[in-house]
Amino acid sequence: MSLDVLVIGGGNAALCAALMAREAGASVRVLESAPREWRGGNSAHTRNLRCMHDAPQDVLVDAYPEEEFWQDLLKVTGGLTDEKLARLVIRHSATCRPWMVKHGVRFQPSLSGALHTARTNAFFMGGGKALMNAYYRSAENLGIKIDYNAEVDEVELDGNRFVAASVMHKLPNGDIRRERIEAKACVLASGGFESNREWLREAWGKNERGEYPSDQFLIRGTRYNQGVLLKHMLAQGADAIGDPTQAHMVAIDARAPMYDGGICTRIDCVSLGVVVNAEAKRFYDEGEDFWPKRYAIWGRLVAQQPRQVAYSIIDAKAVGRFMPPVFEGTQASSLTELAQKLGLDENVFMQTMNDYNSACQSGTFDHTTLDDCHTAGATPEKTHWARPIDTAPFYAYAVRPGVTFTYPGLQTDETAAVHFNKKASSNLFVAGEMMAGNVLGKGYTAGVGMTIGTAFGRIAGEQAAKAALKSGSQHANA
Amino acid sequence: MQTLETLTQEAVALAQGGLTANEAEVARQMHFCNGCRYCEGFCAVFPAMTRRLEFGKADIHYMANLCHNCGACLHSCQYAPPHDFAINVPRAMAKVRVQTYADYAWPKSLGTLYKHNGLALSLALAASLSVFLLMALQLNGSLWNSHVGNNFYDLFPHNLLVSLFAPVFLFSTLALTLGVRHFWKEITPATSGAALNLDAGAEATNAALQLKYLDGGHGDGCNNEDDAFTLSRRRAHHLTFYGFMLCFAATSVATIYHYALGWVAPYDLPQLPKILGAIGGVSLLLGTAGLFKLNMTRHPLHGDPEQKSMDLGFIALLFFTSATGLALWLARGHALMPALLAIHLGVVMALFATLPYSKFAHGIFRTAALLRFAVEKRQPNRLGLGGE
Repeated sequence: MSLDVLVIGGGNAALCAALMAREAGASVRVLESAPREWRGGNSAHTRNLRCMHDAPQDVLVDAYPEEEFWQDLLKVTGGLTDEKLARLVIRHSATCRPWMVKHGVRFQPSLSGALHTARTNAFFMGGGKALMNAYYRSAENLGIKIDYNAEVDEVELDGNRFVAASVMHKLPNGDIRRERIEAKACVLASGGFESNREWLREAWGKNERGEYPSDQFLIRGTRYNQGVLLKHMLAQGADAIGDPTQAHMVAIDARAPMYDGGICTRIDCVSLGVVVNAEAKRFYDEGEDFWPKRYAIWGRLVAQQPRQVAYSIIDAKAVGRFMPPVFEGTQASSLTELAQKLGLDENVFMQTMNDYNSACQSGTFDHTTLDDCHTAGATPEKTHWARPIDTAPFYAYAVRPGVTFTYPGLQTDETAAVHFNKKASSNLFVAGEMMAGNVLGKGYTAGVGMTIGTAFGRIAGEQAAKAALKSGSQHANA
Repeated sequence: MQTLETLTQEAVALAQGGLTANEAEVARQMHFCNGCRYCEGFCAVFPAMTRRLEFGKADIHYMANLCHNCGACLHSCQYAPPHDFAINVPRAMAKVRVQTYADYAWPKSLGTLYKHNGLALSLALAASLSVFLLMALQLNGSLWNSHVGNNFYDLFPHNLLVSLFAPVFLFSTLALTLGVRHFWKEITPATSGAALNLDAGAEATNAALQLKYLDGGHGDGCNNEDDAFTLSRRRAHHLTFYGFMLCFAATSVATIYHYALGWVAPYDLPQLPKILGAIGGVSLLLGTAGLFKLNMTRHPLHGDPEQKSMDLGFIALLFFTSATGLALWLARGHALMPALLAIHLGVVMALFATLPYSKFAHGIFRTAALLRFAVEKRQPNRLGLGGE
């Protein structure tokens, strides 16, 4: 019996598509390139879904109406969004949760330490891996066939119609078995290219210092988002969207692993102290706004510094006011000792620190508000929470750019169809990170990636089933 | 002899601020968990964690006993093996938990019994006590005497049974009480120091009696063989615990009948000791059979594999206590009755003799931890981290 819907990918969007297609009566097969223990892509590192709602719900307080959600999205993307698709996603978020619960996803109240998210974000109990576990269990129960270690590197097209995919099964003994899988419809949901070091190099190029900055980037999520299929589709003439050099990047602990460091590699003390680069100089206002609202621009800021590294410096006064990083900081009893331990030029470092300390104006320090402690005469100025760094022991945490995801993807419409020369394919659909750029051209706001993935995953699955079953009935009638 | 191993352990402990290797592992993992917090809704451990930035010995002992080893956080964890961070909270907690039973044991020298208390020891003790009692019956010629009918006291006089069981029972109670008191004293300052109040007491009692933290926080239950949630562990534990309590109630009522009312055993339906014992016995039998099956099919990453034998030893003694008790009832007036009585008494004796140094301790220590949790959560959070 021939397959109705082939889903390529194994994260949130892929599983939403698979479950929807199966519920619509289609036979479904899922190809996940990662082994079972690493399944779920970046979704396994997520924690919530941004949700529109007009009244309090189980885990959501107050209301978060469509218009406010849209304005938030407009603000973070600076207009790089498609209003029709964005509103489709927003409205979808208001109604998708009962379906998620039906498939075993459970929600919990906003986490302690999360910034004002109780109104806007519904948290998955146990996080994204628990969500993926629930979807995979439900998929297995519904008779969806799931292949792990199955990487698709080629898609056969007939004009703009999907015909078959060529998959490499990576066998336990290291061998590769190739399989050609035909299906009546296909959903592409295999993520971005942020784990592909070569492609990152290509996108970021060489800087004026002769460095390849991307070589120093850490990848916060899965190592399996190699962008193989995305690249292949673009080469096949699928319509593209998004700036290929753009990625969502945050400043994270420099000692985080190359991949899969996830949320706990964050450094939360930047706004309580100063940040210097490898030349021991400050380069940006550390107190511009609350850290959770600023950590995303710091990834790019650090990427522009020599050797793509910076050091967050605090003193004893800051201890206990932020979540300590999971890795111990460099500790010293004097600032000169700290410079030595960090390998920074002592004279420049002391000059930087003295300039900053003497520019701090007295005020009433309050790290829970945008307080009046600021500098006058420092370059750059620090506009809030500026207090002299003068109380031993001193601590330093090295930070590097951490890539969350990439923006470039495939152009689509409200049916999630892949487009070729502005014409929609009738049986090839796209969801998740591979098309998120249609809605989120740049910037980010918490939980919106999962909202896009859920909405478009479900739409793609529904449309794929419709396309497959329609073509099936045509055959039956013929 | 102080072995090189213990010396090394002490040196490591000193270097890590007095923590043993297992405790230091909990502290390491809690730093990662505190930076993630995705598991907050599952149980009491993570809300307790978010009130802390540093994890001292007492904090770790407290949290290790709060953990019910449900497995939910392991299956949900983005940092679980094969991730290099190797986060497995249920296992790390289990390793410390058994250590706390030994550390707080009274008398301290008997604490090492936890290490040796396993399935083999439990069964061997039950068997040898049974054989001892069988031989006693054989010697006085009553082992195959079918004329004893239904009267146990013709075989083992009441006063003899009391003099055998009362000291064992009283010692067990004393040992457990002193052990948990020591534990309570140690963790109280680390859990706000506030005194227990009625409100907190009621909440913790409720959590313990309902096994609230085996419900996964969402009511679907906990994990057993894989990432799917099941209520079977909670139900099997309920059958076991309440079955045990009913059997205990049967014995207590019988004691009152004997001394206060002069109604001497054996009892039969519809007398209260019999009703309680019959329902309790069947419940205990089903519950322990369920727990045994679940224990054998548990996911290999759950808990501490080294404690499996201790768990099974306790389950086995409870199972055979109820099985032999029920068999004894069915064998009334049968020639097998004297032999079954000897075996039943042997098993019960083994159960009570090992009680203070067995898996039984988990109920006592966990209840204490739940009480401290209910007290601590009512205190204001001392942490003022930005962004909260």
